[in-house]
Amino acid sequence: MSRPVVLEVRGLLKRYGGVTAVDGVDFTLHENEVLGVIGPNGSGKTTLVNLITGFVKPDRGKVLYRGKRISGLPPYRVALKGVARTFQMAKPFYQLPAYKNLVVPLSSPRVHALAGGSYGDRDAVAKDLLEEVGFERDSWVINKAAASLPHGYLKRLELARCMALRADLMLLDELFSGLSLAEVASMVPVIDKLRSRGKTIIMVEHRLRELFRIADRVLVLNFGQKIAEGTPGQVMDLPAVREAYLGSEAEVGDA
Amino acid sequence: MSRRRERIDRGIKVRADDIYALTSWREMLYLAAPRVAPVLTLLVVGLAAGPYWQRVIMTTSMFALLAISWDVLAASGMVSLGQALFFGVGAYTSGMLNHYFGWSPLLTIPLAAVIGGAISTLLLLPVLRLRGLYFAMVTLIMPLIIERVIEATGIFGGTEGISGLASLPHRLVELLVAMVMVWVALFGLRRLMDSDYGLVLKGINDNDRSVMSAGINIYRRKAEALFIASSIAAFAGAFMTHAYMFVGMPVFAMDYSILPIASTVVGGVGTLAGPLLGAFILVPLSELLRGLGGLRIVIYATLLVVFIVGLPEGIFPYLKRKYTQFERWVEVEK
Repeated sequence: MSRPVVLEVRGLLKRYGGVTAVDGVDFTLHENEVLGVIGPNGSGKTTLVNLITGFVKPDRGKVLYRGKRISGLPPYRVALKGVARTFQMAKPFYQLPAYKNLVVPLSSPRVHALAGGSYGDRDAVAKDLLEEVGFERDSWVINKAAASLPHGYLKRLELARCMALRADLMLLDELFSGLSLAEVASMVPVIDKLRSRGKTIIMVEHRLRELFRIADRVLVLNFGQKIAEGTPGQVMDLPAVREAYLGSEAEVGDA
Repeated sequence: MSRRRERIDRGIKVRADDIYALTSWREMLYLAAPRVAPVLTLLVVGLAAGPYWQRVIMTTSMFALLAISWDVLAASGMVSLGQALFFGVGAYTSGMLNHYFGWSPLLTIPLAAVIGGAISTLLLLPVLRLRGLYFAMVTLIMPLIIERVIEATGIFGGTEGISGLASLPHRLVELLVAMVMVWVALFGLRRLMDSDYGLVLKGINDNDRSVMSAGINIYRRKAEALFIASSIAAFAGAFMTHAYMFVGMPVFAMDYSILPIASTVVGGVGTLAGPLLGAFILVPLSELLRGLGGLRIVIYATLLVVFIVGLPEGIFPYLKRKYTQFERWVEVEK
């Protein structure tokens, strides 16, 4: 692939007590690629996201973003370089109205620099972004306190937060979890649009059907180790993946 | 048929469209009255009162500053159990500057606010990473440590303290300075907390990880908020030093930590005006009950409980709701 390398992960390792949450994971991500990360519960997917974004310090290994080391930097420094993430548990700023939630990332020094040294009308930008992720523009819902938003909207808000930061690399941690089929269907075009704008995306997901439609490449984790990597089709044909994900044939038969 | 209470927001038009308010005297009055009326009332009552109650108003104003400062900190995700730290550091700074350099209180009070704020911020800088109860515990312990250090080493006048400090030029100047500072702090900080800057601080309180992932250095923001809040409290300490013309270990007393919290809870957390209102209820109330002797604390505490149980949201949010909503009973069909 001739596209430039955006992210390089080398031998990343993190232990919690006796448990090795992420065990020597390597991978490379190219510009404008969408990488799916799958694996059973507890396989280290979220820890991997935390390691890349600086929320957790690795015990060994390193993360390079566009050739520069970002492992060891505090989370806000990683974000300033253009690496944004969503959280699996969508926790908004409860006291604030939905659109004001976006004013926080819009107040970031990164946005200030990218917008040519001005913040502009943050409220207006926030409302535009919310419309983009599927909030009804002229409805009252953007003014509602974030605490009262339904789960589907909270997830959209999480995505909008990433977009507000004008990130180049987005790590979406189980963005689709807890959403209805219709809600997921309405989110997929948003992610497609981000891709068409040249963003590079890592999606940690349990919803394989939807993920496989979006992802260029899939990485499979099990007990912290990378057990497979390839296109969605390749990966799903591997027996090791089927076993990790679905259990062995015998178990499936018994159930 | 049954009855249901209907609430209509009458402020929505003026608040939604600022320019609209300027077209009508009634609307302007509606917006201005809740701001102007308390300022004028306090001024008139303050000027009309005798020396004793003027003193009470002055002290109350300083407690109101402590309470507002507490509320700003709490809104930024830092629960302080040690407003006495900021108060005491401000008090001693001002006292020292006056005692050793002979500077006028008009100079030492603002200086002590800034220096006191800076010292307090530096003292708490190492624990800014702590959240909730852990941060609160450190702020509780800090003033106690300083108190014991002064007692043990005898620095800054030791247990005797320093007396004979200069006072402000005149009783009325004192009173007016106190009042002006209260209103400046209230309206200024309210504006700050409503701005996008304050929004980020509130964001840290709600979800600090999310603010970090927005590329914002939350420790720096927290340090800034801490400096602002502790400067306000240090001002109160410095002011009281010159009002009493004395500074000593009692400035680190628990009263200065607890009463601001009680005021905020009674008035309404997170509103800034609430803590002020709370202070102006609790402090004068405590003075009124002075004649009761031993039962004073019992009655005072009981009233506090009644407030908290009866109006858990706080007095200010309650008043605000009553002011901005029409309420009426309407008949509805079952």
